Amino acid sequence: MSRMFTWADAARIIVLLAVSFLILMPIAAAVLGGFKTNGELRVSPFGLPEVWHLQFYGEILGGRRFWVYLGNSFFISIMTVGLTLVLGSMCAFAFAQTRFFGSRFLFGYLLLGLMFPVAAAIMPLFLTVRDLGLLDTAWGVILPQVAFGLAFSIMFFRTFFKEMPSELFDAARVDGCSYIRFYFTFTLPLSTPILATIAVFVFVQSWNNYLLPLIMLNDREGYTWTLGAMDFRGEYAAEWNRTLAFVSATLAPAVVFFLAAQKYIVSGLTGGAVKG
Amino acid sequence: MARTAHTSLWQRWAQDDQLRMILIFVPPAILVFTVFVMMPMLQAGFFAPWKWSGYGPAPWAMNETTQTTFGRWVGDRNFERMLGHSAFRQAVWNSGLVIAVSLLVQLPLALALALMIYRTSRANTVFRLIFFLPYILAEVATGLIFAFALDGNYGLSAWLSQLVGLEEAWFPLAERPWAYYSILAVLVWKYFGFHMMIYIAGLQSINSELLESAEIDGATSWQKAWYIKIPLIWPAITVSIFYSVLGALQVFDLVMPMTAGGPSNSSHTLVSYLYNFGFIRLDVGFGSAVGVFLFVTGVVFALAYRNTVQRGQ
Repeated sequence: MSRMFTWADAARIIVLLAVSFLILMPIAAAVLGGFKTNGELRVSPFGLPEVWHLQFYGEILGGRRFWVYLGNSFFISIMTVGLTLVLGSMCAFAFAQTRFFGSRFLFGYLLLGLMFPVAAAIMPLFLTVRDLGLLDTAWGVILPQVAFGLAFSIMFFRTFFKEMPSELFDAARVDGCSYIRFYFTFTLPLSTPILATIAVFVFVQSWNNYLLPLIMLNDREGYTWTLGAMDFRGEYAAEWNRTLAFVSATLAPAVVFFLAAQKYIVSGLTGGAVKG
Repeated sequence: MARTAHTSLWQRWAQDDQLRMILIFVPPAILVFTVFVMMPMLQAGFFAPWKWSGYGPAPWAMNETTQTTFGRWVGDRNFERMLGHSAFRQAVWNSGLVIAVSLLVQLPLALALALMIYRTSRANTVFRLIFFLPYILAEVATGLIFAFALDGNYGLSAWLSQLVGLEEAWFPLAERPWAYYSILAVLVWKYFGFHMMIYIAGLQSINSELLESAEIDGATSWQKAWYIKIPLIWPAITVSIFYSVLGALQVFDLVMPMTAGGPSNSSHTLVSYLYNFGFIRLDVGFGSAVGVFLFVTGVVFALAYRNTVQRGQ
């Protein structure tokens, strides 16, 4: 379709570029800020550094703390993803393939979780985790995250499993395949798109989570990177360049992950969200 | 599948592989969900009328020797205190402002941008990636970056102050209305891309013949957007309104790095209020009362919305 270049097109491009600038500028300023001395940061917050000081990034990347925080976040996120996928897909499989006594009730019960804001129950949740002896452990963050992610994942899994052709299941049954074997040999391998989509969303949410780690973790050795970043900010209150370097160093894995997983992020937004 | 009373449970377990699957697959999820979502939610309701530090047995348990409970029954006084607290009212107002700004600024902006870049082209893909980028940044990282940009000694604020020749630098995050307005602006910055993606998905599923025939009838781009595209993606719009209202009730992570609720408790949201006045002070009853308020608001909105706006979708 060839069209004449119009004023409307020009306006469109200008608007898009302006919005892009507003988005990229603060991020770029943060990344560049990590290369400046504090004095330079005051004078030119957004420009390119006059001299590229590598020591601020170097101190963070060369230190142990940063990697401990990233490691903790990674462990918590991976475990949250794994458990959510396993528990959610198994439960959804039962709901999709069979109807049993109370199945409608149980499904409705789980869907209630969609409406609950995590924060509303944060005080009793803290006490529950404390009484289970899980405070200051990764599991104190992982298990509540899994529990609050289950409603969403079960809803998505069930829809997906229901759309799989039933002939496959019938044929397998005739050949004497049990439900459990069917789940492992057919359902799971055929569900990689939905597994990946849910995994990406749960991972990002867990990776970025701040409230639950803040409540559950006190010991610095167990801090996630979000807690670590806030801690770092408190410690170097007068030195923005160090905090910016720390934050920028944590952006890198997020951006790389996003670019690698964008296909699943987009399909998650478009597939699930619109059908509601 | 014989399910007579004669067969023992063990026989049924051995014979009925469907039952076996259900008994293995369903309980773990239900258990985790019950322990970490439902029970705490219910407990919040039970704790709300007590004054309790969270230590020792449940607040209503009796100690036989001293004849006292571990918490003090205060009835609806936690709620009274909360509703009478100016910081709480400010927090409710602030959370309402998030909803207003997202409905009046964020969603229209997202829709306008979605209409500009929903067609598939290389340039549009790049713009989509850029606009979606803030959504995947952690709130904490975003908050820290903007805390820098709005610091009167550094960043955007310092630069603006010098530009207009202020004698003293402007610290928006330390000034009363501006602290919260800054948070609102950053919320729009961070989340409009998410809503835009929902709209783009809706726009891409519109039948192109419909638009072509409108074009043949001489419809302008505005008319096509207003009379065809927006009505057709209305379901997507209702979904994004739903997300933005429920999300507005949960804003917390951004507040902490930017203002931590200050100055003088003027920039709290409901959740940061709960954290500060319930969790930090280990006032389980009061924190639960705020939690119940949050819960009731969320559920009432969700049910009302599903039964009115989203009816029949």
